[in-house]
Amino acid sequence: MAVLHSAPRYAPFEGALETLSAALGAMLLSAKEEHGEIVLTVKRESIEDALRLLRDSHDYQQLMEMAGVDYPDRPERFEVVYMLLSLTRNHRVMVKVSTDEATPVPTVTTLWPNAGWLEREVFDMFGVLFAGNTDLRRILTDYGFEGHPFRKDFPLTGYQELRYSEEDKRVVYEPVKLTQDMRQFDFMSPWEGADYILPGDEKAVAAPPPPAPAAVPTPKTTDSPKDTGAGAKADAKAAEKTDAVAPAKVEKKAAAKKPAAKKPAAKKPAAKKSAAKKKESGE
Amino acid sequence: MNTMTPAVSGLPTAQGGQVRQPDADYFNALQTEVNDKGFLVTSTEDLFQWARTGSLWWMTFGLACCAVEMIHVNMPRYDMERFGVAPRASPRQSDVMIVAGTLCNKMAPALRKVYDQMSEPKYVISMGSCANGGGYYHYSYSVVRGCDRIVPVDIYVPGCPPTAEALLYGVMQLQRKIRRAGTIER
Repeated sequence: MAVLHSAPRYAPFEGALETLSAALGAMLLSAKEEHGEIVLTVKRESIEDALRLLRDSHDYQQLMEMAGVDYPDRPERFEVVYMLLSLTRNHRVMVKVSTDEATPVPTVTTLWPNAGWLEREVFDMFGVLFAGNTDLRRILTDYGFEGHPFRKDFPLTGYQELRYSEEDKRVVYEPVKLTQDMRQFDFMSPWEGADYILPGDEKAVAAPPPPAPAAVPTPKTTDSPKDTGAGAKADAKAAEKTDAVAPAKVEKKAAAKKPAAKKPAAKKPAAKKSAAKKKESGE
Repeated sequence: MNTMTPAVSGLPTAQGGQVRQPDADYFNALQTEVNDKGFLVTSTEDLFQWARTGSLWWMTFGLACCAVEMIHVNMPRYDMERFGVAPRASPRQSDVMIVAGTLCNKMAPALRKVYDQMSEPKYVISMGSCANGGGYYHYSYSVVRGCDRIVPVDIYVPGCPPTAEALLYGVMQLQRKIRRAGTIER
């Protein structure tokens, strides 16, 4: 499969998915390869055994990172992702387990000491519990922070804000009070297939198109200016004026007669003068 | 007699690239006075202001990427030490605190503590959008919406991050503010 991201490349490991799936056996729930990465989902209670197997028998020596994910729609809403690196094979795998708010995940601090802080981080941000972690405290958020900010149902601005109180001579916590709420400008552009209605577009859908005009039996253009289409009388008058010459040619003729063309221009100043006079008299 | 007032204050602002010679008469008069009498006379207020503006030692409070620009302004290109502005690692020795970066809720009490430990007179420069008003993180659950909620701020330097020039200009504005305020008490 084509690699669609810019993450560091690692060595190809043919048959890794099959080998690791076979090794994990009954512990495995599902295995897939996506964007050149191997994702193994294992049973929650056997995560420690699975990771030990990967570490000791399959050379994934290091636990690089642990991540949490919140899927509010799922019955077990949280996923914990373990990212392993094999230095000797130059290869990585991801191992996932799912859990909910109340069910603890077995700790892997027995396998990697750095899992202690990583588990603390997942606990802090998502509220996932880890059974066996002896030091499961918050790690990043403020002292006395309430809630788990990476949960989807956590409000962006939180519950508390702080300021220095001159009376108390210390920093005090207060409920959040915003003068202006967060405004969302993240619109999807229409050419990306947005399915919302832009202002004004609802008219196009609601109003039926105007009825099509009845078909015209004869075309509305004529070959000669004499054919005015307004009856015989009008045609006769038009014939007098135009001398049966096409309109474009008439204009050219007029341009050739310079004095005739100048006439209207010469008239203008006089008209202006009279207008000016009128104004003066009016005032 | 007030000999500390710079004589050039009445001149128009220098044009770009213009080299302006120091006011020879002023310095000659100053030198003559020192040579003749052996001392200069000025008001204590002027003396204190001159001393304060000339040695703004700043408390390094680099919290985020703004700190990098704060470092730039101390490096030889901008060389803040030519204004007598030098970095200090202890609040007891500092006159001005440059809050450079995002102030988180967890850091806020520590910032206030450092500010309280500074000796009077003390000034605060708020550097960058995050310190000025939360900036990009204004609606975050973990960021203080402006460091002026925690400490009184004298100069706000806008930018994300502000350039080294902008911070240098902010420091010069603070010097100007100190000269303008003109009081010993603060």
